[in-house]
Amino acid sequence: MVGVTWRRFSRHRMAVISLGLVTLLALLSALAPWLSRYDPDKPQLSTQLQPPSGKHLLGTDDLGRDLLTRILFGGRISMSIGVLAMLLAVVIGTTVGAVAGYYGGWADNLLMRLTDLMLSIPSLFLLILMTLLLRTFPVPVLRGGVLAIVLAIAFLSWMTVARLVRAAFLSLKEGVFVEAARALGAGNARIIVRHVLPGAASPIIVAATLRVASSIITESGLSYLGFGVQLPTPTWGNMLRNAQDQMIVAPWTAIFPGVFIFFAVIAINYVGDGLRDALDPRHVR
Amino acid sequence: MSSYLVRRLWQMVPILFGVSLGAFAFLQAVPGDPARLLAGPDATLQDVQLVRARLGLDRPLILRYVYFLRNALVGDFGRSFRSGEAVAAIVARHFGPTLLLSVASVVFATVTGLGVGLLQAVRRNTAPDYVSTVVSVAGISTPPFFLGLLLIYLLAVGLRWFPTGGMGTARSLVLPALTLGAGVAATIARFARSSLLEVLGEEFVRTARAKGLEERSVLLKHALRNALIPVVTMIGLQFGFLLSGAIVVETVFSWPGLGWLMVQSISFRDYPVLVAEILLFSLQFLVINLVVDLLYAGLDPRVAYG
Repeated sequence: MVGVTWRRFSRHRMAVISLGLVTLLALLSALAPWLSRYDPDKPQLSTQLQPPSGKHLLGTDDLGRDLLTRILFGGRISMSIGVLAMLLAVVIGTTVGAVAGYYGGWADNLLMRLTDLMLSIPSLFLLILMTLLLRTFPVPVLRGGVLAIVLAIAFLSWMTVARLVRAAFLSLKEGVFVEAARALGAGNARIIVRHVLPGAASPIIVAATLRVASSIITESGLSYLGFGVQLPTPTWGNMLRNAQDQMIVAPWTAIFPGVFIFFAVIAINYVGDGLRDALDPRHVR
Repeated sequence: MSSYLVRRLWQMVPILFGVSLGAFAFLQAVPGDPARLLAGPDATLQDVQLVRARLGLDRPLILRYVYFLRNALVGDFGRSFRSGEAVAAIVARHFGPTLLLSVASVVFATVTGLGVGLLQAVRRNTAPDYVSTVVSVAGISTPPFFLGLLLIYLLAVGLRWFPTGGMGTARSLVLPALTLGAGVAATIARFARSSLLEVLGEEFVRTARAKGLEERSVLLKHALRNALIPVVTMIGLQFGFLLSGAIVVETVFSWPGLGWLMVQSISFRDYPVLVAEILLFSLQFLVINLVVDLLYAGLDPRVAYG
């Protein structure tokens, strides 16, 4: 199964290149403290707003900090938020979708109306309010804002997964193998987890990949508006917060963080595309 | 048909009640005291109490909600905490710019998206198809505010073709509308392409070709019309996305719309303005959904509402 999938995936050239790019970005960010000799947070007033040079590959920002270092450290936060929010959203979405699709009836009705309602809210607005709300909980890890943002993004982005999983369950639960499992005495929980869920894995994997990309974009927008991760901790979004004012004198401070968001997101989207082609034989390109 | 419309409109009432109650409770829970923010950093406790009483915040939440409902039913949504101006007037003033921006973006996105999607479907797996696909993936992958910053830098600061922000002449609409519409255009293009490819493989398209119709007429009259059904749903769903996008794009371009107002109002915890905005957004969404459902019936003769 894995061999076949990989063969089909590797036929999608952009997806393979993208997978390499994502891996590279993740590695560079993870190893940032060892790769860079600059401090990501400490202001260095003697080197303010220097253009890219041999010493500072991507230049420095308004407080004289090495931009590449801040981007790599920012990547740790931005990509972690993307992945963690995705994981949580997939867990919520799969649970909701599985229950709705498997049991049907009023549970299905209730859960799907809830899903529609959640889809209808302009999410960025609610996201801002939820992030503010979650920050007040007296849990130390929430204070820095990262976990609050992960929870808020996940809470507002599980709906597409729920719809996909429900659709998969609706068709899969009619299968003969479900009847067989029930005849052998399996309970509902066991049938859902062991027999039906594996069949729904492909759409979940594809949706999960795309969720990482959109969570990264969401976080960057939130941080750009000033409601995300608070400075001096860098993320790709909050590095662009003051960039608008500096764009004329120091365009690199705005362009490079944006370029990193762009490449990370486009690469993840292409990996998702490749996975869709590899996992869904009916999908026509 | 009309009884269907009445039923749908009637269903909106309990939803809007629920939304208003939810908005009230939720805003109350968000940290930050409007009275303290308004009184300023040097205010004494007594000053803050006075401001709180003036804003009516010393009364219990339930009572405030009941008052709100009673007044809202006759069109009075209270006064802004910050400026004291009637909320209805403030929201009305910012509604126009957002409507203008959203309509411009949707028109731009629909025309570009459908055009590109059609081109891609017809020239499937050729260079134009590949290039457009890469461009649309890029469109989906760029955060709107970054696209906005780039456009400002290149076209407003660099070439001076457009103003950097604010709302003035028709020129000032171009960059915000492009920024807001780009992602939607890309999504529509991808959707239109796959939807068209699916339709082009159907029997009735073969029949149309077999009876000797021109390719142009087959595409535009037979294929496109049927391919539009899922695309229309998608455009409807994109409106919600557009409203989220408007918050960011209006901030980037200092566009005096509802999104910009929202960011300002959150900073001051201006509850009356925020509640009114939430209600307006929900109503807007419900109406758009209704319009999309009605459009279905117009596009697809198999769909009928009774």
